[in-house]
Amino acid sequence: MTSERITRKLSGEFGIGIAFILEFALFAFASPYFFTPDNLLNVSLQASITAIIAAGMTFVILTGGIDLSVGSLVAFAGIAATSLLKTGLPPAAGFAVAILTGLAIGALSGAFAGFCVTRFHIAPFIVTLATMTIWRGAAFVWTDGRPVWELPEGFAFLGTGRILAVPVPTIIMVLTFLASHVILTRTRFGRYVYAVGGNIEAARLAGIRTGRVLLKVYVLSGTLAALSGILLASRMNSGQPNAGVAYELDVIAAVVVGGTSLSGGAGSIVGTFIGAMLIAVLRNGLNLLNVNSYVQQVIVGVVILLAVMLDQLRRKRS
Amino acid sequence: MEPLLAMKGITKRYPGVLALNGVDFTLQAGEVNCLVGENGAGKSTLIKVLSGAVIRDAGSVRIEGNGVDLASPADAQRLGIGVIYQDFKLVPALSVAENILLGTEPVVGRTPFIDRKGMDEKASAALALLGEEIDTRSPVGRLSVAKQQMVEIAKALSRNVRILAMDEPTAPLTERETANLFKVIRSLKARGVGIIYISHRLEEIFEVGDRVTVLRDGTFVHACAITEIDRRGLIRKMVGRELENEYPRVTLRRGTEILRIEDLSSDRVSHVSLTLFRGEILGLAGLVGAGRSELARLVFGADRRTGGRIILDGKEIAPESPHEAIREGIGLLTEDRNRYGLIMQMSIRENITLSSLRAMLTGPFLDRRKEETAARKLSDDLRIKAPGTDVIVENLSGGNRQKVVLARWLNTQARVLIFDEPTAGIDVGVKYEIYTLINRLAGEGIGVIVISSDLPELLGICHRVAVMCDGELTGIVEGTEATQETVMTYAHKNRR
Repeated sequence: MTSERITRKLSGEFGIGIAFILEFALFAFASPYFFTPDNLLNVSLQASITAIIAAGMTFVILTGGIDLSVGSLVAFAGIAATSLLKTGLPPAAGFAVAILTGLAIGALSGAFAGFCVTRFHIAPFIVTLATMTIWRGAAFVWTDGRPVWELPEGFAFLGTGRILAVPVPTIIMVLTFLASHVILTRTRFGRYVYAVGGNIEAARLAGIRTGRVLLKVYVLSGTLAALSGILLASRMNSGQPNAGVAYELDVIAAVVVGGTSLSGGAGSIVGTFIGAMLIAVLRNGLNLLNVNSYVQQVIVGVVILLAVMLDQLRRKRS
Repeated sequence: MEPLLAMKGITKRYPGVLALNGVDFTLQAGEVNCLVGENGAGKSTLIKVLSGAVIRDAGSVRIEGNGVDLASPADAQRLGIGVIYQDFKLVPALSVAENILLGTEPVVGRTPFIDRKGMDEKASAALALLGEEIDTRSPVGRLSVAKQQMVEIAKALSRNVRILAMDEPTAPLTERETANLFKVIRSLKARGVGIIYISHRLEEIFEVGDRVTVLRDGTFVHACAITEIDRRGLIRKMVGRELENEYPRVTLRRGTEILRIEDLSSDRVSHVSLTLFRGEILGLAGLVGAGRSELARLVFGADRRTGGRIILDGKEIAPESPHEAIREGIGLLTEDRNRYGLIMQMSIRENITLSSLRAMLTGPFLDRRKEETAARKLSDDLRIKAPGTDVIVENLSGGNRQKVVLARWLNTQARVLIFDEPTAGIDVGVKYEIYTLINRLAGEGIGVIVISSDLPELLGICHRVAVMCDGELTGIVEGTEATQETVMTYAHKNRR
């Protein structure tokens, strides 16, 4: 590894990494309960739902796009999965059908958005703003605005269960991030994502099928949003039509705080992970310090702004 | 008398690079001083220092004998310094008048409302000085590049510019537009404006320049009246050594047919038929807008075809996308490498392997070692000047960037390579390297097509030159018979 490569690596996530460590130290110092295994696992559990979506969102934002539909997909996929659980199929088959259908809905929604973006050249912001509204409405239409209750035994395990004391959503989150990181850094598709975000016309003329790349990132984002929706439904042991409201904003915040550029072409999964954790730790720490939840909102907003400002300064200097 | 502009000992250091090292530059009122040098010589940095976009680390700047600070672009503007950049700083959606008077709009009396009539008058007056009649109300985005350039100059004039720097102003212009620009430059001179003229086209420097200042590797090398130096001498000063020839000797080993296009058409190209042989370098000449790039893009599958056939190595192909064309063995080095060639934020290595990642896999994963080996070999081979293949291409000079794109295509299994303006904006030394490389590729049996607006270049390196005009192929000239005159006759064939 040449020194240039090391500095490049470091400069990518270095600033945010330092900020994260500082924040960690600060809370560990301020609250005796913060730095305990119980609490840290709890933080990871709380972060998992949005963090999983943020992994997919990173791909989308790296191409220079955006996916606003993820929050609504959380609700709709959750409703779809929970409703299917109540069809009376035997548990094993029922679970499989429910979960796979939920994921498929996410994938299809993403494919539809990707199709609109690539074929009709509609701005991703607009396309996903539309699908966001559609899925939220559909979730309410399907359930008539009421939650889906009385789910079969065992479904709650996905969201509330633990394996060797580690929450299942945490495990799924870690696996998602590991896989995303490998895909982004070690596969052709990952390289193409950066190329498309960096200069889509140059990428096309270099022989990259840019339409396919775009389609895939939206499918990935939709699928991971649906996965989160199923986990959330399991955790609440119900399908809620108003689940995941405004999640898209938390997710985008995590990605951006993690140093991924909204104009595409630059960023990383590692950065997004740290970004998601930084925000989750902040919320958790403020809770432990009994900071009023309204004040918390203000502080989180300020921290997001500071993180992005620092990142801009660093970019300018290099 | 004090010179209009005297820059002394200008030094600018970037991390790891000394961009300017004690450079002196003098400009008299009413003269054109041409600033020449290879890419990376420091011309652009010097202009940026002058325009206040970059703050010098050391050195003094005097205007008519008075020391000035130049701490910001606003400073420079106040002092009457204007710069016409290659990419214009115009707002496409705003009208001509709005652009010319941007930030200096006249108002009605003491109200905050813009005096639209006054604006049109002022804008027209500025354009009239250039002998231009452009509708001041039409949006700038609808004007031709040449007209936009005139708007830029008018904008500078309306700000009482005394020192005007022009960075490669003729690069996007046709011959006629260039002639018009020179006329304008002469009239500006007559008005006492001092002009700093940057161009890679040496003919222009001898045509329009009064003095010439040569920079090399960030240092001042030479300054003299244009009459005291010839082309050869100027190149020697720029390169720092004697260049034997501007073009390498080409020997034709024409093989069998590799590419044949029949009746190829699109909305910009009509019924072009052409044959290319293995080992041949075929030039494609014509005026800007003649359809040369469009023809190349058709063969490459980048644009939609409306008719015709492409036969590669005896087999008909119908590439619907660059992806398919590359798979068939066709490569296109696009014009404007920054816009259509490179992914700026990516490293040299990533840019080189971008079109050949399939060969860089081990299992489903990219193999860094394979990538590094390929990129290292090509960057050594092409002598890309960088500390390593991890350097981001944005930090490279124009010549090195072009070599990176070249390397990308060399890493594919191309049987036909099309080069669109491969030496645009590239300095003399690197040009020679690129010609040599093109020669070598032809020698290896690849069919090469070169598109260039630099006619002496085409005649210097090609075996045959095909000429286009208004989307049609108007003639093919064998290398031995090709002269500028015959080619230009064909290039104007369809014109009234």
